Amino acid sequence: MLHLALFSFFGAICVAGAINLLAQRHPINSALSLIVVMGSLAVEFMLLGAEFVAVIQVIIYAGAIMVLFVFTIMLLNAGEEERSAGSRIAVLLGVPALLILMGLVAWVLIRQNPASGTVAAGALPGTPPEIGRLLFRDFLLPFEITSVLILIAIMGAVVLARKEH
Amino acid sequence: MSGNLSVGWFVLISVIKILIAVPILLGIVAYTVWLERKLVGHIQNRWGPSRVGPFGLLQPIADGLKLFFKEDLTPPYVHKALYLLAPILSLTLALTSIAVIPVGGWVTIRGARIPLQITDVNVALLIILGITSMGVYGVALAGWSSNSKYSLLGSLRASAQMVSYEVALGLSLVGVLILSGTFSLRGIVEHQLGGFWNWNIFGGGQIVAFFIYLCAAYAETNRIPFDLPEAETELVAGYHTEYSSMKFAMFFMSEYANMVTVACLASVLFLGGWSGPLFGPPVLQALLPVFWFFLRVLFFLFLYIWVRGTLPRFRYDQLMAFSWKFLLPLAIANVIITSLVVALRS
Repeated sequence: MLHLALFSFFGAICVAGAINLLAQRHPINSALSLIVVMGSLAVEFMLLGAEFVAVIQVIIYAGAIMVLFVFTIMLLNAGEEERSAGSRIAVLLGVPALLILMGLVAWVLIRQNPASGTVAAGALPGTPPEIGRLLFRDFLLPFEITSVLILIAIMGAVVLARKEH
Repeated sequence: MSGNLSVGWFVLISVIKILIAVPILLGIVAYTVWLERKLVGHIQNRWGPSRVGPFGLLQPIADGLKLFFKEDLTPPYVHKALYLLAPILSLTLALTSIAVIPVGGWVTIRGARIPLQITDVNVALLIILGITSMGVYGVALAGWSSNSKYSLLGSLRASAQMVSYEVALGLSLVGVLILSGTFSLRGIVEHQLGGFWNWNIFGGGQIVAFFIYLCAAYAETNRIPFDLPEAETELVAGYHTEYSSMKFAMFFMSEYANMVTVACLASVLFLGGWSGPLFGPPVLQALLPVFWFFLRVLFFLFLYIWVRGTLPRFRYDQLMAFSWKFLLPLAIANVIITSLVVALRS
């Protein structure tokens, strides 16, 4: 009971943070809202029993990537964004279309596998040894390929950012 | 954790433990400031605080009162909400880390085994890393929201420094994790019990990792020789230049609370936590581990102050090079060697 209440509470915070992220006009407020989203997502993971994923979510996303976002906003001293009038057609057609699309995806997923809509607390394999075994034994090759890919991306960024002499 | 206790009892015991641990932590924070002023005074051939109480022992109370009654000034042109949020965030995160640190073994009260620790989770070490990685925001937001060039420069330096040293800090702990095979701080200490030759720093051969951890942790807490974010000769006071009264005190307290966390973590990970000789009646046997633990923490706090009284400050490029070109390769080498040794032994 307590579990469900906490889960819904942090779910609501997560969604509210995401909406606030779009509604805010100052980049730093948007970045902070995104941190709230990451943090509440981590709590949701923890409530599902995936403690390792929860903490990694905080360390990587909230603690490292978002720090770089905030750092960049501070460094550029970005001011408030101008709010454009927006197009009325986008609001009139876009919002209903989005809702219909999401409903369709959910409906198809539940039709395919009725059990996929529910998950028990702690049912996900989330302890560090299990994740380690999955990463370094069962999925070793994809894991290594991903790391090489990220390395190439980093080198590409360095090459692109370097000034020509 | 506490499988034999009902939820109500668990919550009650946790609340009692929090009510005991937090005042003690704040007391240690206050008296670390006293210890620092006294020791640095003696290192520089001065007396340090000596007027308020015997040996100046009441000085922290006087300081606290003074900070309470100072005018709480909010400069114009600051971003009000974030200006207020930054010190709160810093102090909250600094005090939260204590929740997962084990200060002693188990105590049996009326048949219930209670760990001397607020909560024992199986990813405790990662939780502490997560909390410290969030600590950057307190510093970054303080500098940005103050709308002052000194604050902004200080917080940019601090963020860059904390992000860089976090990598070396995290990697230096991997050796310990390989040896003990768990993220639980209680599990890591229990792995080292039974004599100092079992401590990770000696028996585990983690002396290099210990050195890396200490350097990175000093940088994370913005202490000399890594205190460039607050270099008073060039930046006034860095990110907290625009703060006064209790808001300044909150940054001050969070710095010292972080020092205590670093000291606790160093004791737990490398120096065997609460292990030490046990003797005497049962009550003494239950309290001695806590005493041994506090002795280690006190040693690390002393080391912090000793280093502060001895070393000059780095230059900024030296600081970055030290992290990325020296500590990081060393930490990776330590991980490789430790895992090789463990693999060959088994």
